[in-house]
Amino acid sequence: MRAAVLGTGQTHHAARRTDVSMAGLCREAVDRALEDSGSTWDDIDAVVVGKAPDLFEGVMMPELYLADALGAVGKPLLRVHTAGSVGGATGIVASNLVRAGVHQRVLALAWEKQSESNAMWALSINPPFHMPLGAGAGGYFAPHIRAYIRRSGAPNHVGAMVAVKDRRNGSLNPFAHLRQAEITLESVNSSMMLWDPVRYDETCPSSDGACAVVIGDQAAAEASARPVAWIHATAMRTEPTFFAGKDHVNPQAGRDAAAALWQQAGITDPLNEIDAAEIYVPFSWFEPMWLENLGFAEEGQGWKLTEAGETRIGGRLPVNPSGGVLCSNPIGASGLLRFAESAMQVMGRAGAHQVPEAQRALGHAYGGGSQFFSMWVVGAAPRP
Amino acid sequence: MTDTMTEVAVVAFAESPRVRRNDSTTNGVEMLVPIFRQLFDTTGLTKDDVGFWCSGSSDYLAGRAFSFVTAVDAIGAFPPTSESHVEMDGAWALYEAWVKLLMGEAEIALVYGFGKSSAGLLRRVLALQLDPYVQAPLWPDSVSIAALQARLGIEAGLWSEKEMAAIAIQRRGLPESVEDLLEQPFVADPLRKHDCAPITDGAAAIVLATGARARELCERPAWITGFEHRTDSQHFGLRDLTTAASATAAARAAIGGNVDVAELHAPFTHQEILLRNALGLGDAVRISPSGGALDGNPMFAAGLARIGWAAAEIHAGRAGRALGHATSGPALQQNLVCVMEGR
Amino acid sequence: MALPLHAPLEISFDYTRSLGPTLSRFMTGLAQRRIIGSRDSTGRVHAPPIEYDPVTHVASTDFVEVSATGTVLTWTWMPRPIEGQPLTHPFAWALIRLDGADTPMLHAVDAGSASAMSTGMRVQVRWAAEPVGSIRDIACFEPLSTSETEPGGEVEPVTMVTTPIRLSYEHTASPEETRYLYGLAEGRVLAQRCPRCRKVYIPPRGACPTCGVPTTDEVELPDVGTVTTFCIVNVPFPGQRTKPPYVHAAVLLDGADIPFPHLILGCPADEVRMGMRVQAVWKPREEWGFTPQNIDHFRPTGDPDAAFESYASHL
Repeated sequence: MRAAVLGTGQTHHAARRTDVSMAGLCREAVDRALEDSGSTWDDIDAVVVGKAPDLFEGVMMPELYLADALGAVGKPLLRVHTAGSVGGATGIVASNLVRAGVHQRVLALAWEKQSESNAMWALSINPPFHMPLGAGAGGYFAPHIRAYIRRSGAPNHVGAMVAVKDRRNGSLNPFAHLRQAEITLESVNSSMMLWDPVRYDETCPSSDGACAVVIGDQAAAEASARPVAWIHATAMRTEPTFFAGKDHVNPQAGRDAAAALWQQAGITDPLNEIDAAEIYVPFSWFEPMWLENLGFAEEGQGWKLTEAGETRIGGRLPVNPSGGVLCSNPIGASGLLRFAESAMQVMGRAGAHQVPEAQRALGHAYGGGSQFFSMWVVGAAPRP
Repeated sequence: MTDTMTEVAVVAFAESPRVRRNDSTTNGVEMLVPIFRQLFDTTGLTKDDVGFWCSGSSDYLAGRAFSFVTAVDAIGAFPPTSESHVEMDGAWALYEAWVKLLMGEAEIALVYGFGKSSAGLLRRVLALQLDPYVQAPLWPDSVSIAALQARLGIEAGLWSEKEMAAIAIQRRGLPESVEDLLEQPFVADPLRKHDCAPITDGAAAIVLATGARARELCERPAWITGFEHRTDSQHFGLRDLTTAASATAAARAAIGGNVDVAELHAPFTHQEILLRNALGLGDAVRISPSGGALDGNPMFAAGLARIGWAAAEIHAGRAGRALGHATSGPALQQNLVCVMEGR
Repeated sequence: MALPLHAPLEISFDYTRSLGPTLSRFMTGLAQRRIIGSRDSTGRVHAPPIEYDPVTHVASTDFVEVSATGTVLTWTWMPRPIEGQPLTHPFAWALIRLDGADTPMLHAVDAGSASAMSTGMRVQVRWAAEPVGSIRDIACFEPLSTSETEPGGEVEPVTMVTTPIRLSYEHTASPEETRYLYGLAEGRVLAQRCPRCRKVYIPPRGACPTCGVPTTDEVELPDVGTVTTFCIVNVPFPGQRTKPPYVHAAVLLDGADIPFPHLILGCPADEVRMGMRVQAVWKPREEWGFTPQNIDHFRPTGDPDAAFESYASHL
């Protein structure tokens, strides 16, 4: 059965949304998604909530206490947690409920209110019997970035170029946390080296934010007065965090997920057939790394697309026209934001960061130790 | 999905020993490896035959962010697998897998839930499920919350301490009489020790399969004919605590006829009576022959195990139709019903 | 075989919760020794207020003050209070419907003994000495008496609450990891080989991540290896154990099939290289325990760097 995104909503993301409670943050996104999709509360058959670790907010399974605020009382309520990929997984689980014919219209919500605690703390809790080396996500991923640079021979400025592009794109997005129209290569390169080789300006912020998407069946999509985003394909793949021979730079799980995705979407040449891509890039260098992992470029060649400017709006493959994770990172929501932004592109509702005439777009998320991947392809028209 | 509804069945189930404390790590690997092996031995499957994996567990139970991540080592998840996780009891992971099989995206799914309940002070950890502004800062523990519910039902005449004690004797095979048990001190008035599920470390796992594959793998598959879940409000003033509207709604949507046996996820004796009423189960229905959660309550696995035990009744030919129930949240806030039949 | 090792794991953080309009109203009220509830679309009054209407789902806007006295709807007795609860001596938990409200709040009642508790009993708030705008401004409830506390004067609006959450866990090492930890306590590096894929894992695993079976055959490794990749941590953060800057590296011990994370010291951070040969520097024997921290750090051996190909498949 077919399914489509009927509408999306997101919060104004910020380091500290101290004007709202957790429920208030979620509702800001949900209310916008209901309105954008032309749905009422009664139209919603089920609610799927995604969020990263509960330790971030200090609430165990917060969707339980949020059931009233989310209009979930009397309805099925699912809570997905697949680490950083959870936002994407949330969108996929919600779409599956529709595609399986179980429900007609499902609300997917993903959120994180990181200012309730400190993500570096929560991600660096050191269990006994281990080396106390945890240094947040940056400390985890920086060595893999170093390995990418060594393997690909990419010039050092590529990471900074991604940061400049994404932050400038973010300045076009009214919801972005960081909106830096004035950022330059020089300013990125003079920012503090946090986790060598990753500089401050090449790092995602820590954000409060939420994203919601209403997914409907074919009848709901055809009845919609506004354009919808048809879901052409979805894929999720997992591999272990560490294993002998693991490729942290170009993980097999990501390659397998992409291959399955392109096949399901009927795409043989993603670089030419995808018009916009929202890719989970929490550290600038992950743009070229994921371009390769997703099959937009040969191994070791992804940085050339970035360096040539092909990933800017107007390039062959605009990547993260919304500004992406580098501009807003409410961790649990970040994946669904990628999925929602890809839908906004093909619905023609991306505003100032709209990629002209985007017909097919990719939404992508990853999580854990580059081990959980979730992705979808959406299109302005149903898949033939 | 095809035009004809895909049929999905529980074909195998395994549960780790119900113990107060096992030697496993909080990431569950040491509990999961043996039960996966048991499932593979029973079905003749290998990990490469599994098209979708799905699990349920909790970071707060383990005291670590991303505690479920290492659990995928037990799968041997390379080459990469199609896999997902819910921060809920494994019963909801089973629901996600069932949907995946209905879609035709896989033929065989392996679903697991695990919890090392002994790692922290369970009743205190569960206080963090309550409203974070006006309740959790008081640390109301989960046993006390259940006791508030138990008293409401006793005073409304819906159940009695005697009936509760009789349930404890049945489920746990206790040698004492009801009178003996009622002489025991209260843990949380009106709940006594026998009214509360033991703290249990453990894991459970189920293999789901579609149509022809199910028949190959199991002599008498437990075909899923209804699978529904709902949530209630958590606000104690916005729901009637003496029942569970979400359980009633799920049962109405899922059951469609009589069942011979029901495995109920009732961590407290009064909740078994509450659920029997809410689910509309008559006196002829056998309740929790496994002993239910009262005989062993591995958090985030016990609900999945109820479905597994209900399916086992069908596999063994002891039941034609069986119901597995799971709950989540304080005072039975969220409820799931899976109805299966043998043919 | 030694029993698996255990060790305590403490998790502690003071969460900072922003309140939004409805809860801010309630907490500000508490700071003034007043209880503010909300009226929903059906006319019911909830105290504490609820943020969204249960029927229409719109945000609550109709606030009403309710009484600090109320009626117990149900209760239980807490004979041995646990950490963080409102009282340290035995007390009752109760659902209490405040006069003027239709739905109850959950709180503690300081009643002396269970025999003093009953459904329907009348109780009143006992206020904390110095209210700050938190649910704990209600220290607890107590049986109704005639004395009343006057509400306090105006206060600044309360928009945030701080909620300390401290939890204690027992962390367990797997049997395989325990072997390795006993080895470290003797100054030995004990890995194990997967019986299926034959790869050597350090630390050993309860399940080989690619095969799903426990690692078994013990392999003693030298404390010498190659830096595969690394990062220089310059950023400070709460809970950090090592003062930045420090080099966090993946060290492929000779004979292992998976790198081992550790610190590199003994040379300036910017001289650490991929392929650098390093050796463990052990702490003095009397400081050894069941931990990889028995190795204080790895230092450069001064030998020529390993060829890229020798560690390329471990990145």
